Amino acid sequence: MTDVNLTLVVVSASLLGSGVYLVLERSLSRVLVGLVMIGNGVSLGFLVAGGRAGSAPIVGEDADSAGISDPLPQAMVLTAIVITLATTAFVLAMAYRSWQLYGHDDVQDDVEDATVRRLATIDVTSEAYAATTSDFPGDDSSGDPGQGPDDDPHGKDPHGKDPLGRDPRTGDPAESDPLRADAAETRGADS
Amino acid sequence: MNALVPLPVLLPILGAGATLALGRHPHVQRWLSLAVLGGVVVIAAVLLVQADQHGPQTVWIGAWPERLGIVLVADRLAALMLLVSALVTLAVLAYSVGQGMTEDEEGAPLSVYHPTFLVLVAGVANAFLAGDLFNLFVSFEMLLFASYVLLTLGGTATRIRAGTIYVLVNLLSSTLFLISLAVTYAATGTLTLADLAVRLDELPDHVSLMIQLLLLTTFAIKAAIFPLSFWLPDSYPTAPAPVTAVFAGLLTKVGVYAILRMQTLLFPDSPLTDMLLWAALLTMIIGILGAVAQSDIKRMLSFTLVSHIGYLVLGIALGSQSGTAGTTFYVVHHITIQTALFLVLGLVERRAGSTALMRIGGLARLAPLLAVLFFIPAMNLAGIPPFSGFIGKVGLFQAAQADGRALAWALVAGGALTSLLTLYAVAKTWAVAFWRTPLEAHEALEAIGSTDDPDGEPVPGHDTRAVHEHRGHVHTAGGVVSRADIEEARRLGDDDMPERDFYTLIEAGEDSRHSPRGMLAPAAGLVTMSVLLSVVAGPLYALCDRAAADLHDRGPYLSSVLTGEDR
Repeated sequence: MTDVNLTLVVVSASLLGSGVYLVLERSLSRVLVGLVMIGNGVSLGFLVAGGRAGSAPIVGEDADSAGISDPLPQAMVLTAIVITLATTAFVLAMAYRSWQLYGHDDVQDDVEDATVRRLATIDVTSEAYAATTSDFPGDDSSGDPGQGPDDDPHGKDPHGKDPLGRDPRTGDPAESDPLRADAAETRGADS
Repeated sequence: MNALVPLPVLLPILGAGATLALGRHPHVQRWLSLAVLGGVVVIAAVLLVQADQHGPQTVWIGAWPERLGIVLVADRLAALMLLVSALVTLAVLAYSVGQGMTEDEEGAPLSVYHPTFLVLVAGVANAFLAGDLFNLFVSFEMLLFASYVLLTLGGTATRIRAGTIYVLVNLLSSTLFLISLAVTYAATGTLTLADLAVRLDELPDHVSLMIQLLLLTTFAIKAAIFPLSFWLPDSYPTAPAPVTAVFAGLLTKVGVYAILRMQTLLFPDSPLTDMLLWAALLTMIIGILGAVAQSDIKRMLSFTLVSHIGYLVLGIALGSQSGTAGTTFYVVHHITIQTALFLVLGLVERRAGSTALMRIGGLARLAPLLAVLFFIPAMNLAGIPPFSGFIGKVGLFQAAQADGRALAWALVAGGALTSLLTLYAVAKTWAVAFWRTPLEAHEALEAIGSTDDPDGEPVPGHDTRAVHEHRGHVHTAGGVVSRADIEEARRLGDDDMPERDFYTLIEAGEDSRHSPRGMLAPAAGLVTMSVLLSVVAGPLYALCDRAAADLHDRGPYLSSVLTGEDR
């Protein structure tokens, strides 16, 4: 383990680096290309790990067994390549299915995480709504009116999209909403 | 040399091929896979007895000279894990046969379930038996690939979305595993665990520390240890119930097993106690806080799964024999009850049409058997005596207390707190899903629904004002449901979440009153097994202790692998 082939190291490192960059993308097909690059980078890394190249590791081919290259990493690389192939096929199928379903193949957010985030926003607005009318981080009233039910319970949000002061989701006048009136009472009782 | 050792891997693999070929004969397929798993249970039990009485059982595959081949080792720990996983997978398979999911599952390729499940079992068994790192990698790939297929079964929108994250995270961890293998091989020239145990000692400290950290990160992703746990609660709950059950029971535990094996066999002098203790503490606390916040039972359980991995890491981190014994016992306990809970939850979903808390209620009266089946493992999970969860936690706390450092005591406190919060989370579930009536659940939903849908008729004769909203939660007479969750469920309305709640289903007479015996029996069997764990806790704990002694001694394992003395 004295000689290290610098070319292999550099190529492996650049494959890994580019692969990591691509994996951080949203589109599944780019992620896939990134994974393939990483896979190839790692395979080259195995060749580095195998030490200096020698003659073919076939028993009986070479009387001097010291000159042959280490066969074990090559066997491992073969296994890894086969696994990467299968993985690629699977991820491709998944990207295609995603495209069928959604028309794109972007990796999507966790729905439930979004719920929890919205819950936190609701918590803040119900406590301190009177004190502030500004948008909170993660408040999606300005971005996606269909998904932020409680961003703007009284329609007074200066950044809100609906000039009529109606609940952006249902179009009902917010003031006639019994539950929200109830909630407002509850808050009043608390304070 | 023991010819039985490879069979837990070989039988399911051959079975997978046979069931794939028999795809057109579902009955034969079912019986074949049940028979295969039954056989694995018997073999695992025999192996456990042999390993306990005669020391580790080894097989060198391929008869290569000079220890070049692949070695499979069944020591006490591996055989115990093998037995528990075989029992659990057998129950899950029986359950899914009872459910008829291979045929009912809409749009799923009919014949794929059984072969894939058997490959998963083979992968898990191979991971427990693997005597070298590369074989461990291959077995991870086997079980992961099977899990990719099972998780995205049917290719529905939610499963593809959740599956994407799961697949990508696991691909990255596999890549990391490969990198660590390359590094390890470059540094030592071997990947056989027993050889590594000897040669790693000769390496400079920083090199072996790097190898250790690489492997640890890899396995921590698989085991879902904080901060590498975020993929789990998102992906597991979307799969069909038996699939979630087997994932939750086994897959993370394989990662824990790998960490345990690696820490005791390869790096006994570098326990990294402080770092692992912190990881354990954060895993416990953050996991359980996530569980408390959830209002879908499946997600709640997925978060408790993450949280309780913290207990397992606690025992490993201590690096003592008592800690390892505690972890071993806790793994056995946790595999059983987590699988049992998810199986029961599948029955709940079938009975009530949903697992979202705000849609269901009244199960204690309407389905008393299910209620009992849920209650026992739920209390077990929370660590209420006399169940095995309590015994496992006491064992771990004792080990931490014996360790004596301040951080270990903090872990005891954190573990107790986690246990309490687990109790809170399952008690909340119990109160809402099992105690309030379906009508109350319906009213709560209806009251919220009326703000949304002007046509929604309030239920006559009931004061919907009793339902009020505060701080983003909907308060009803029966419990508290998070408001955003209601919105979410209605908005999503996808195929996994039917539009109607339990009450509406009952009114329409469309609820499935009948829980098939084929599903009930395996679930009940697992619950019984979890209760039996407390009955046999004494001998079992003693066995775990002997397994831990073996692990820390290293002698039996090394001599059995390196010199071929296996009895």
